[in-house]
Amino acid sequence: MDITQHRTYTEAPGYFRRLGIFDWLYAAALLAAALFALNQYGAYMDVYEKAILVLSAPTFAALGWHWKPLRWLMPAVALLALGAISLYGGSLEAANTRFWLRYMLSSQSAILWMSVCFFLSTLFYWIGFLSRSQAGASIGSSLCWAALVLGWTAMMVRWYESYLIGADVGHIPISNLYEVFILFALITAMFYLYYEERYATRQLGPFVMLIISAAVGFLLWYTVSRGAAEIQPLVPALQSWWMKIHVPANFIGYGTFALASMVACAYLLKSHGYLVDRLPSLELLDDVMYKAISAGFAFFTIATILGALWAAEAWGGYWSWDPKETWALIVWLNYAAWLHMRLMSGLRGRVAAWWAIVGLLVTSFAFMGVNMFLSGLHSYGKF
Amino acid sequence: MSTSTTGITLQTRRPAFNEAFELLSSMRFAIALLMMIAISAVIGTIMQQNQPMSNYINQFGPFWFDVFNKVGLYAVYSAWWFLLMMAFLVTSTSLCIVRNAPKMMKDMRSWRDNVREQSLRNFHHKTEWTAPLDRAALAQQTATRLTHAGYQTKIVEKDGGTLVAAKRGAANKFGYIFAHSAIVVICVGGLLDSDMPIRVQEWVLGKEPFKGSGVIADIPAKHRLGLGNPTFRGNAMIPEGQASDTAVIPRADGVLIQQLPFTIQLKQFHIEFYSTGAPKLFASDVIVRDHETGKTFPATIEVNKPLIHKGLAVYQSSFEDGGSKLKLTGFPMTGPGSAKFAMDGEVGQSTRLDDAYTVEWSDFRPFNVENLASQDPRDVKKGESLDNAFARGLSDQLGSAAKNANSKDLKNVGPSVQYRLRDQTGQAREYQNYMQPVTVEGNSVFLSGVRATPAEPFSYLRIPADDEYSVRDWMRLRAALHDPALRQQAAQAYARRAMPQSTQAEAMESQLALSALKSLEIFGGNKDAAGFVAVSRFLEKVPQAEQEKAADIFMKILNGTLWELWQVARAKDGLAPAKADEAHARFLQLATNALSDSFFYGAPVYLQLDEFTQVKASVFQVTRSPGKAVVYVGCALLVLGVFAMFYIRERRLWVWVRDEAGGAHALMAMSTQRKTMDFDNEFADLKEKLPQTA
Repeated sequence: MDITQHRTYTEAPGYFRRLGIFDWLYAAALLAAALFALNQYGAYMDVYEKAILVLSAPTFAALGWHWKPLRWLMPAVALLALGAISLYGGSLEAANTRFWLRYMLSSQSAILWMSVCFFLSTLFYWIGFLSRSQAGASIGSSLCWAALVLGWTAMMVRWYESYLIGADVGHIPISNLYEVFILFALITAMFYLYYEERYATRQLGPFVMLIISAAVGFLLWYTVSRGAAEIQPLVPALQSWWMKIHVPANFIGYGTFALASMVACAYLLKSHGYLVDRLPSLELLDDVMYKAISAGFAFFTIATILGALWAAEAWGGYWSWDPKETWALIVWLNYAAWLHMRLMSGLRGRVAAWWAIVGLLVTSFAFMGVNMFLSGLHSYGKF
Repeated sequence: MSTSTTGITLQTRRPAFNEAFELLSSMRFAIALLMMIAISAVIGTIMQQNQPMSNYINQFGPFWFDVFNKVGLYAVYSAWWFLLMMAFLVTSTSLCIVRNAPKMMKDMRSWRDNVREQSLRNFHHKTEWTAPLDRAALAQQTATRLTHAGYQTKIVEKDGGTLVAAKRGAANKFGYIFAHSAIVVICVGGLLDSDMPIRVQEWVLGKEPFKGSGVIADIPAKHRLGLGNPTFRGNAMIPEGQASDTAVIPRADGVLIQQLPFTIQLKQFHIEFYSTGAPKLFASDVIVRDHETGKTFPATIEVNKPLIHKGLAVYQSSFEDGGSKLKLTGFPMTGPGSAKFAMDGEVGQSTRLDDAYTVEWSDFRPFNVENLASQDPRDVKKGESLDNAFARGLSDQLGSAAKNANSKDLKNVGPSVQYRLRDQTGQAREYQNYMQPVTVEGNSVFLSGVRATPAEPFSYLRIPADDEYSVRDWMRLRAALHDPALRQQAAQAYARRAMPQSTQAEAMESQLALSALKSLEIFGGNKDAAGFVAVSRFLEKVPQAEQEKAADIFMKILNGTLWELWQVARAKDGLAPAKADEAHARFLQLATNALSDSFFYGAPVYLQLDEFTQVKASVFQVTRSPGKAVVYVGCALLVLGVFAMFYIRERRLWVWVRDEAGGAHALMAMSTQRKTMDFDNEFADLKEKLPQTA
């Protein structure tokens, strides 16, 4: 009757059976690296740090198994960063004398290359989008990957450079507006590339890359006109390991909310009859929007809670109605309302899309506006 | 009769009650509430909260101040209407849980096996196939395959067919229950830690905020909260070497004093800086004495590392000057006197200057790190081609992000003292004086900042340092400028020097002396104008055509006469004349500028810091928050709930198997509450797999 009926049923293999040799090699490498680090530097770690180090191996293995490109992205970044570190050889001066450091791998050079790659990626996505060329979008995608490799390498190297200034200055590079803008660009790009693969479409790239380019543009302006790229030591309030998880969790939220709003722009264009044949189906756009917002909401919830835990330790209260906290709550309430409408009342279509765009405005204000216009305890990200 | 009335009231009440119940537990009410809370929260971030009332009066004027005060905009988050909204949120969420949770729990366990073949046909996602197996075998095969796909299955015999009921992701419902309970739990925990318990004590126990000022030990009991107070957030300012067993809880109209079950003694406050002047470490070495056991133990409290003892947490909140002892020298800034006088001060206290003025010592800093870079290195240099500039600009951005880490532009310019000078009418100006001369544009000057309100930045008077690196010479010159006798002498000396000695010149000489005197008088000023302002006003009276020339001559005479004035003043104090060289000429130039600026100084004295003994004080925040654990449990529930809701997808699937000629016929239908593309994909996959041959 049906063709499928003639095919015989085989039980789908289990989770571990589906993994290939490369998956296992990747996991083994992660585990080896973690154990090596533990053996080499364990003496400098407390019990939490040891636990985090050991657990990071299975966590990143699972992430890599879930999203395969991580299996080469992580080793590539690790190799480049370790290469840069060995070129430095413990002296900041090397950044001016060694060719590969000066023009490629030192943090500022790598960030500049990352910026170039992001801009070119945006350009090629648009060329591919407008000329309906698969090749254009494919080049855009490759450039975006290149930007990711360089950006993460830059972050790692910057981390190392901060320790070269002085052991007491060294810290993870997510402590000021400059650093988190890089983080924002990288996380947004990663989520985009993830959805690009999941939904097998490159047609969203032109839209999402716009906001990444805008962030990178701001980053360059900020570097050139304000000298923001300088590594600054941490003030006492930021000297806490909560920062290492609070900030990235927050930027997963910011990144996915930004992504959702750009997809919402595409949705609105298509639903008003523009670019109809170039954009994927409205259903797909809607689905990406929902996925991004729900992921963002989950991580934003975690970030806000982590922030509360940190605040309880640093400021003596988990909630002080500080403007940044309050705006985080506003962002949270806004997306909570969006998700309620979507899940319970089946909100779809233009209203949901407009709401996602307004959500980005609210989020941007919470991210930057609060630091620019309102005063409060979170004054680290001042312009 | 009574029964009928009851019946009527029940009849009328019930619908109203039901309606209220419906409304409160409805989605649109919840959404409206979320949005209203969000908007109110915005107001609270735009309007600065919990400021002194006088700030608001200044900002809005008496009318709007009153209106906003009535609405509670100065403390939005504890205003009655905000708390009411939170109460509604808790009620609404609780009702939602009460209404839905039992149904959901039941539904989670249920197989929904009361479906019929016909009802399955109404589903959107359905498929059917036949297989050469008997009914039971096909049902069993299907159930096995569904188990492989991660479903729980149950086979139910119905009349006319066999039903395979399957479900997956039922825990999604837990997500709903967890997330919504979390909101209630967090709000309840938050309420425990709010100022509600203190408000209750104010109402019930008649506790009143203390409005005055004075020693904490003398504050009467009705302003004090006992050890039994379950929740508070107070501050304790402890100078080095001193101890405290109370915390101060700020209230809108005063403060309450919280007794602590232990005494904190501050041994030492450490503050360390990076080379950039940014703070690196704030830490307090304390000794804690427990009142109950009488035992003492040492502890170190740092930012991010609080001390937790007896359910109370002590945080390093900030630091202040704890009453540093200062020794200063005063120089008059008005009139012909230049006699200096000694003065003592203590930060936080005030000292009477004379009948008219009081000095309030507001701050002392042992060092100040300032960026003294004279120009921006990123400027495009003049005469450089754009290409070169671009290449250089680019290479500035390459390399490590730690290029200027050990920059030499940042310099410690030494101690400074800050004080307010309050006159009899209560008006005050604030001053900030550096102890040592600072090099500004290559010249060594003493900086003295002045401002009328704390909101303004300081404007600096730059007094040039003399050969002894002191302000003495400038003070001498300033006093001489206001001394008619010395002015006279200087004018004559100037005229004598400027004119060759001869008899004809005598008349001209006295003419010139008059002009010189006049220039000093104008520069010395009167109550309307002084300094360069007075000079330019004088020159405005000269006809336009001759103004430039007149200005030239005037300035020449003024400079020359001021030089003589300086020498005359030095001679009066028994000092040798200053050597006429370039360094002294520059001194005079700077001195003249400073003299002109000094007319805006607005203080009768300049206070020069000579010696200091620093006393630091640590400000601790002491809290007891019983709701913290509750809130954390709520947070854990929230995270579990949110992830369960988003990442556990609930789906149900039924296969109706009935006998058919030559085998069995199966009808599969699938449903979910939340249709996403994942669901479509899974349906497509099962649609392909279930009918395949074994």
